[in-house]
Amino acid sequence: MPAGLKLRNPFAMECGVYKTTYEQDMALHPTPLSRLRLAAMLAVFVLFPLMADPYYVSVANLIAIAAIGAIGLNLLTGFTGQISIGHGAFIGVGAYTSGYLTSQLGVPFWVALPLAGIAAAVVGALFGLPSLRLKGLYLAMATLAAQVIIEFTMYHWTAVTGGSRGLLLTSPSLGGFVFNSEIRYYYLFLALTAAAFIFAQNLTRTRVGRAFMAIRDRDLAAEVTGIELFHYKIMAFAVSSFYAGVAGTLWGHYLTVISPEHFTISTSVEYLAMIIIGGLGNVTGSIFGAAFMTLIPILLRGLSKAMTGVFPNIETVINALREFTFGATIIIFLIFEPEGLAKMWKNIKDYFRLWPFSY
Amino acid sequence: MVFLLQLIVSGLVIGGVYALVALGFVLIYKASDVINFAQGEFLLIGAHLALTFLLVFNLPFIPAVLGALTVAVVLGAAVERVVLRPLIGEPIISMIMATIGLSSALRGLLQVFWGTETRTFPNIFPQDAINLGGVVVSQVYLWSLGIALVLLALFSFFFKRSIMGIAMRATADDQQAALSMGISVKVAFAVTWALAAAISTVGGVLLGNINGVNISLAHFGLKVLPVVILGGLDSIPGAIVGGFIIGILENLAGGYLDPLLGGGVKEVAPFIILVLILMLKPYGLFGKQVIERV
Repeated sequence: MPAGLKLRNPFAMECGVYKTTYEQDMALHPTPLSRLRLAAMLAVFVLFPLMADPYYVSVANLIAIAAIGAIGLNLLTGFTGQISIGHGAFIGVGAYTSGYLTSQLGVPFWVALPLAGIAAAVVGALFGLPSLRLKGLYLAMATLAAQVIIEFTMYHWTAVTGGSRGLLLTSPSLGGFVFNSEIRYYYLFLALTAAAFIFAQNLTRTRVGRAFMAIRDRDLAAEVTGIELFHYKIMAFAVSSFYAGVAGTLWGHYLTVISPEHFTISTSVEYLAMIIIGGLGNVTGSIFGAAFMTLIPILLRGLSKAMTGVFPNIETVINALREFTFGATIIIFLIFEPEGLAKMWKNIKDYFRLWPFSY
Repeated sequence: MVFLLQLIVSGLVIGGVYALVALGFVLIYKASDVINFAQGEFLLIGAHLALTFLLVFNLPFIPAVLGALTVAVVLGAAVERVVLRPLIGEPIISMIMATIGLSSALRGLLQVFWGTETRTFPNIFPQDAINLGGVVVSQVYLWSLGIALVLLALFSFFFKRSIMGIAMRATADDQQAALSMGISVKVAFAVTWALAAAISTVGGVLLGNINGVNISLAHFGLKVLPVVILGGLDSIPGAIVGGFIIGILENLAGGYLDPLLGGGVKEVAPFIILVLILMLKPYGLFGKQVIERV
């Protein structure tokens, strides 16, 4: 046993940890305790549906889908600094592509999933083209236009999208195994979300991810240091929309019905709210944000059920309250904690880093 | 031919309303470099306030609008104080997000207070339509065109000549320089938002007279974005010209393409134009070109 290990404080995260190689220094989970925490969290995620009520599993499924979309948007808005108000529509592109491929052309889900991602990536990159010349406000406008135009297409290209009636989708299957219960969906989504998370987490540590952040922080300086702005901005749009397309596909095959009203500008705003509340430029934060934004309406609904005795018509104002809460939370986080829930989580972790002897 | 003329004329008159709403955007952008995505909600609030004064307090039309203006001015200044001021100096993305959040929050509050059903204004403007050389236009459109033009002239004058207007332009140009010249940036911002809320109230009352007051009025705020981009975000004449061009173009597109594409072209056409402008001439027809140097 190395000498350091004996003297370790068993609770302090970084006490007695000596890094002797670059690999150790670059590890995502550098200390034994953080690896332990990871293992514990994984165990909770894997065991959760076996213990919980199916209703809570369905909530977790919605969170997982939202998390994939939010990670994607965060790569674009949080890491590259390119604001997008069209993410809801890009999610819709994925859902409709996969819906058309599986239900009209009989393509299996596992082929349609990446194809839908690619279709969304192409559309996203197309609407990202103006980012060559535009930034900030003007780019936000371009993506807003993308949202409106794609929404229009969903309503009017009836041959493919079914118009306002939408499309019916089937549950995915693998061999003879059909994903038709909440628990089965849960493990599928858990695996895909984990893959999306790990890819994004690592992407931000590569040349590409560093280039994204350089563009966000100061695009001119990034260009001067040899980062091809156009190339990386389009790449950010494509990667982000790929995530959106995957999220849309999962959403479609999970609910088994899609129609244009799922992919409106309020969906886009919801996703923006997720990454702001979760933390811009933080992959973990996207998941916190997705969970937060999915749980809020559920909590509000619970609250309204409890209050129906007091206010008889509260069910009718619940949608309005939801919208108000979304908006108000965005503003509150922007003003008081611009780095979001991820920052709060980091504060908690920092407190325990050398606890209880933090000096 | 009459069809074409009818389309152009109705495009012109709706363009006048666009110009009026666009003015609210331009005002805020000119003074603080912020695009207010909650402009549509401001319209809706203004319309509802005026309706409340008219129907609940039984005031005549002019005092009711004045009452609504007063409340709107207070509200605009309050929004600036509570939401925007803490974010001064934050990156532009925070500002954009804050106004998006504001729009969502206001829409929720509006529905709690005033519900979602459509309300109609009592008849205020004369109901008989006017015949302009074979083209029939209802009077309320002409009134809104006239009011829009008067307000546009007033604000052009305000920004060119009045001390406050010049102070607001200075603030937009360079906040530090403005501060060192003794301009209160806080006051300038508060006045900007109050004025924008007031303009939106006028716009909301006019639009409410045309379409009735419901949540779709709030979407008008987004529909005006192509107008301000076409005209140039910081240009008052641009708002007027852009309003007319977009009004006419969307009417033409709707009139001729709707039968082919199955409706709704009017809603989407301005945004296709928006994408084209952004690709070809991002600062619009009259906007100030921003040149960046390292």
